[in-house]
Amino acid sequence: MATTTAFVRLTSPGTPRWMTSLKDGARKVAELAATPLVPSDYLDIIDPLRRGADLRGRIESIHAETADAATIVIRPGADWAGHVPGQYVRIGIDVDGVRQWRAYSLTHGPRADGRISVTVKAVPEGKVSNHLVHDARVGTLVHLEQAAGEFVLPPEGGKFLFVTAGSGITPVIGMLRNLFPVTDSGAVALPRSAAYDITVVHVAPTEPDSIFLANLRELDRAGLITLVARYDDTHGVLDVADLVDLVPDLDARVTLACGPAGLLDALGAHHAERGLELLTEQFRVATLVTGEGGTVSFDKSGIALEATGDRPILDQAEDAGVLMPSGCRMGVCFGCVLPLREGVVRDLRSGDITTAVEGDGVNIQTCISAAAGPCRIDH
Amino acid sequence: MTVLQKKTTAENPIAHLTPEDIEQIGRELDAIRAEVVAARGESDAAYIRKVIDVQRKLELGSRAVLLFSLFPPAWIAGTAGLTVAKILENMEIGHNVMHGQWDWMRDPKIHSTTWEWDNASPAEQWKHSHNELHHTYTNVVGKDNDLGYGIMRVDEDQKWVPFYVAQPLWNFINACFFEYGIAAYDLELGKNIKRKRTKTPEFKAKLSQTLRKIRKQATKDYVVHPLLSGPSALNTLAANFVANLGRNLWTHSVIMCGHFPEGVSTFEKKSIEGETKGEWYVRQMLGSANITGSRAMHIATGNLSYQIEHHLFPDLPSNRYQEIAPKVEALFERYGLTYTTGSLPKQVASAWHKVIRLSLPNDFLSRKVNPTPLPARERSETTVAA
Repeated sequence: MATTTAFVRLTSPGTPRWMTSLKDGARKVAELAATPLVPSDYLDIIDPLRRGADLRGRIESIHAETADAATIVIRPGADWAGHVPGQYVRIGIDVDGVRQWRAYSLTHGPRADGRISVTVKAVPEGKVSNHLVHDARVGTLVHLEQAAGEFVLPPEGGKFLFVTAGSGITPVIGMLRNLFPVTDSGAVALPRSAAYDITVVHVAPTEPDSIFLANLRELDRAGLITLVARYDDTHGVLDVADLVDLVPDLDARVTLACGPAGLLDALGAHHAERGLELLTEQFRVATLVTGEGGTVSFDKSGIALEATGDRPILDQAEDAGVLMPSGCRMGVCFGCVLPLREGVVRDLRSGDITTAVEGDGVNIQTCISAAAGPCRIDH
Repeated sequence: MTVLQKKTTAENPIAHLTPEDIEQIGRELDAIRAEVVAARGESDAAYIRKVIDVQRKLELGSRAVLLFSLFPPAWIAGTAGLTVAKILENMEIGHNVMHGQWDWMRDPKIHSTTWEWDNASPAEQWKHSHNELHHTYTNVVGKDNDLGYGIMRVDEDQKWVPFYVAQPLWNFINACFFEYGIAAYDLELGKNIKRKRTKTPEFKAKLSQTLRKIRKQATKDYVVHPLLSGPSALNTLAANFVANLGRNLWTHSVIMCGHFPEGVSTFEKKSIEGETKGEWYVRQMLGSANITGSRAMHIATGNLSYQIEHHLFPDLPSNRYQEIAPKVEALFERYGLTYTTGSLPKQVASAWHKVIRLSLPNDFLSRKVNPTPLPARERSETTVAA
C-alpha cells in the first residue's frame, strides 16, 4: 500500500550538501528495496511512533472520572506538533476490529512530559465512547491527527463566561487546567493567568453525572474561578433568561459556550438581543430536515449507492464499503470534508441546500450532509 | 428457470433439484454469510494483522540473511524464508485483501482500494479480471478466461485446435513464470493482439502500467537486493529467482486445484441468462473444488483450499472459511450435491491429468467422456464425468 510518508527526517538547513544527497540516495534505495510497500511499512513494525511515521499514539493510562467517564492519557508520536487548550484532536481507534474516528477536546494545556489526554463520557449507544471508557486497554496504538479548533481563549486575558452542558465541559476544562494547574498542594495561580477573570456556569442532568466537578469546585474554593453548578433534577432545566441573575456582570463578559444545539441556539438568540459576544462549539447533530435522497457515486473508488435523505452520506457510504475520512460525526471538526463535484446535498442540522454543478468542487461535510438528489463526490 | 434446470440427463448434477430447492439453497447460504458478518470483529482483525506482521518480519529476516548468501546455509535458509514470505504475501494477504475481505476494518493500510502486491500484475488490473470477471462468470465457457487462461483447453466444451497438443508444456511454462502469465492475462494480451487492439490508448495505458510494475519488481529482486549483498550479489540474485519460482509453482498448483480437477462442472453462456441469486450460488458450488490438509497448508494456500466457500463468499475474511466449511458441506449433502475435495497431491494430479487428456480432441482416447452426447442446442451444462 503506497503511503507517501517519508521515512527519513529531512535534513536541517545546516546539513552539508553531501549528507543531504547521501540521505536522499539512501531513501531512494530503501524505496526500491521495499516496493510494492514503502519503507515506512517495515519501520512501523519497529517503531510506530517515530519521526516521519503517520501520526499515532499509545494509550499510557486510563483513569475513571465518574462511573461513565474516563480520562485517557496518550503518548503521541514524535511528530505531534502541540496544541492550545480548548483545541480538539481526532482519534482513530479500532472498536470490534473497525477503525472509528472521533474528535475529543484536549483537557489540559501542553504538559511537561509531552503526553496528551482526552476525557470521554460514555454516551448511550456510543460505540467509541463506551469502548474508550469501559474496554480500552493501556498499550493500545491509536491513530491521531494534529490538534485543531478555534474554540480557544485569547492570550491577552479578559472577563469570560463559560456556559457548558454535559460533556461540553471538556474543552473548557482544558483551558482551565492550563490557566490554573492543580498540584498535590492544590490549585496554583500563575502570574500569566492573573489577567483572566472567569465564571463557569455548568449544567448537568444530576450532580454525580457532572464530570470534572471536583476539579471545578477546587478551582472555585481557591478563588480562581466562580462556579455556578446547575443540576436539572434539583434546579430544573436552565433557562438562558436566568443567566443575568446567575451571573450579575454578564454584560461585561465574553461568553464561550459548548453543549447541545438546543442550548447554543437559545444562547445565540439571548446574546444577540443583548448585543453580547458569543463563541460556541457544538457537539451534537440535531436533525431538522430530511429530504428525498439520491444516487451518490464516488469518482475514484467507482462505487455508487442509493442514499436515503435522512442519514448522513458518511454513514451510508461506509455501509456500502467506501473508505471514508471521518472525525467527530457531529459537524464540528471538518475531518470528513470531501469535494462535491456535482449534485445537491442538504445540511441535516439546518436543512440548508448546497448545490454543485459540473466543474465545481464544493467541499461538503459528509457527516452532516444527506443526499438531496444525485451526487458525484471526488473520492 | 434456466436451461440448466431443464436438463434431465444422468450427468446433470442438479436434475433432482426444483427451482424452489435452488432458491432455498440460496437463502441458507445467505444465512451462513449473515452469521459470519455479524460475528466478525476484533479477533479477525488481530488475525490478519498477525499474518501481515509475521510475513513482513519473515521477509525482512530472510532478506537480511541473504546479504550473506555466499555461505550455503545462509542461502538455503534465506531462500526458504523468502519463498514462504512471498507465498504468504500473494495468497493469504494479497489475494484476500484485494478481494475486499478486510475492507470492513476501515484501515486504509489493509484495504482493497489501496493494496499493492508483490506480483507482476498491477493490483488494479488483477482486481478487474479476477474479482469482476472470474468471480462473476465462474466456469462459464467463453466468459470465464480462468478456464485455461486462454492458452489451454480444460473442458470438453472448449473447441480443440492443434495448438493444444503442446498444452502440458504451456502449462508447465506458465507455472514457472506464473506471475507474468497473470500479468499478460490481466492485460488480455492474447485477445487484444488477435483483435488488433494493441494500439488503442486504453491498452497502451494498461501496458505501460504493467511494464512499470514489472520493472519495479525486477529492480527490487534482481538489482537492488543483489547489489546490497555485495560479494554475495550473484547468490542473492539466484535466491530471489528461486523464491519467485517457488512461489509461482505453488500458487499455480493451488489455483489449478480450484477449478480444474475432475468432478468440477462448467456451464454454457446461455445457462446464466437471467440467473437468480440461488442459481449463481449453485454454479459456484459445482464449479469449485477444495483441498484437504493441515492448518499450515490452508494458510499457505491463502485458504483457497476452501475454494468452494471462497467462491460462495469471496469477500468474507479468509480465516472464517474453515469455520463455515462443515455447514456448507452439510448443505451439499442435504441437497444431494457433490462437494469436490481431495488432498493436494491428488487434486494437482487430477488437474494435470485433465490438461494432458484434453490436449487431444475429445474422442481421441478410448476414455468415454459423454457416452450419449446431447444435441448441441440442448446441452446447456456439461459435467466432466470422472
